[in-house]
Amino acid sequence: MTLVVDLPGLLTLLQDQGRPGLGHLGVSRSGAFDRTALRQANLILGNQPGAAALEALGGGLALRAEAPVIVSVTGAVGAITIDGAPAAYGRAVPLGRGQRLGIGSPNTGLRAYIGVSGGFQVPPELGSRSTDTLAGLGPAPLAAGDRLDVGVRQPTPDLEDVPPLGRSAELTLAVAIGPRDDWFAAGAVDLLLESAWQVTPASNRVGVRLAGPPLERSRSEELPSEPCMRGSIQVSADGQPVVFGPDHPVTGGYPVIAVVLDRHTDRLAQAAPGQILRFRRVPQR
Amino acid sequence: MNLRPYGDTALLLDCESLEEARQWFSSLHGDVEAVLGARTVLLRGRPDDLRTLISRTTPADPSEEHLGAEIEIPVVYDGADLDDVARLTGLSTAEVAQAHAGSSWSVAFGGFAPGFCYLDGGDPRLHVPRRSSPRTRVPAGSVGLAGEFSGVYPRESPGGWQLIGRTHLTMWDSGRSDPALLTAGMTVRFVVET
Repeated sequence: MTLVVDLPGLLTLLQDQGRPGLGHLGVSRSGAFDRTALRQANLILGNQPGAAALEALGGGLALRAEAPVIVSVTGAVGAITIDGAPAAYGRAVPLGRGQRLGIGSPNTGLRAYIGVSGGFQVPPELGSRSTDTLAGLGPAPLAAGDRLDVGVRQPTPDLEDVPPLGRSAELTLAVAIGPRDDWFAAGAVDLLLESAWQVTPASNRVGVRLAGPPLERSRSEELPSEPCMRGSIQVSADGQPVVFGPDHPVTGGYPVIAVVLDRHTDRLAQAAPGQILRFRRVPQR
Repeated sequence: MNLRPYGDTALLLDCESLEEARQWFSSLHGDVEAVLGARTVLLRGRPDDLRTLISRTTPADPSEEHLGAEIEIPVVYDGADLDDVARLTGLSTAEVAQAHAGSSWSVAFGGFAPGFCYLDGGDPRLHVPRRSSPRTRVPAGSVGLAGEFSGVYPRESPGGWQLIGRTHLTMWDSGRSDPALLTAGMTVRFVVET
């Protein structure tokens, strides 16, 4: 069974659970930016929660079924159509032979996830079908005319549908301060916690780049390269923070002032340029 | 060694030296997901569990280090920054090549990109800063210098290291059983290829 890409959209990537445990080889985890949405898209269809799905940034995607399949759309909320007629968000939806699934630009959020019963069956690289945009691992972004093979269809369970992504003017993410807060001037941590940070258009799967008041350093020397993670808030030389996403570099040379709690990093995937972010401190040892 | 907090799914071991960080990495990697930096080791897991693990662990015996395999990497020394490196070090371009190929390097830690390794222990005359502005495109196989380290770019990527030469060896191939040609602990000798 095959889905054919009629329109690839702005940037549509295959993503699954990524490549954990290979950091010592210089390979980041990568995988779906919004892991919750990937999991939902698969569970609706009776797939394994980490089966490969499409991560569509900004919509504009159209897929045509060569044989009947069952699909699901989660994550960012926008117009979903089958042959032009509205189709449901967050549910198992049949797509008949020759029918065309359209994903419009999102009204809420940034990245939609399109699952298919049986999962997308591209050849894995290092155990994953995820595209790592920084490392250049995994399949290329979707292009018009691509043919995507689909695995064996699962018996679809009768699951609750998924509630649409909530819309919020401001997004507040919980952070743990450190490890390198002592590299910053007095008051920099307070400034991080009290400021409204705007998501800039330079954001991508490597990192969500924020604009706001500069966070001044107290130490000017170069930080010896140290490992970083999804959620690390690294502050570049100009004092502006970058929150690392799934395709982050394995090591970085700028100090990390705080780290976003893991379960909150999924929300970053849906933060569109212009969105306001705030950070809330959680107590720690 | 200091423990530094790193969110709710990791902990950072902040060490005095690369050597100490390497010892902790050797002792812990395998029991837990670990990534080595220049002075640090990032451990993945619940911070409380990691603290318990660390309290029960002694860093590996340094005598067990550097027992890795030795590998030769042929290099044509014609890099775009060779003249700059010669100027920065006060050596001639031929002397830069001789110093780089004449010393034995050890693979300190990986990072930055798949298969990219930081090599240390080479000729101290070759310590140079990174380029003031990184290149947007460095060809695969480029051999560079930055600070106390040397490294080979496994594939085309952006990069800020001073480029002194290139090798034809494939540093990274996802299809190989060991995708990375270099792994921590190996000894590397560069060989001048003309």
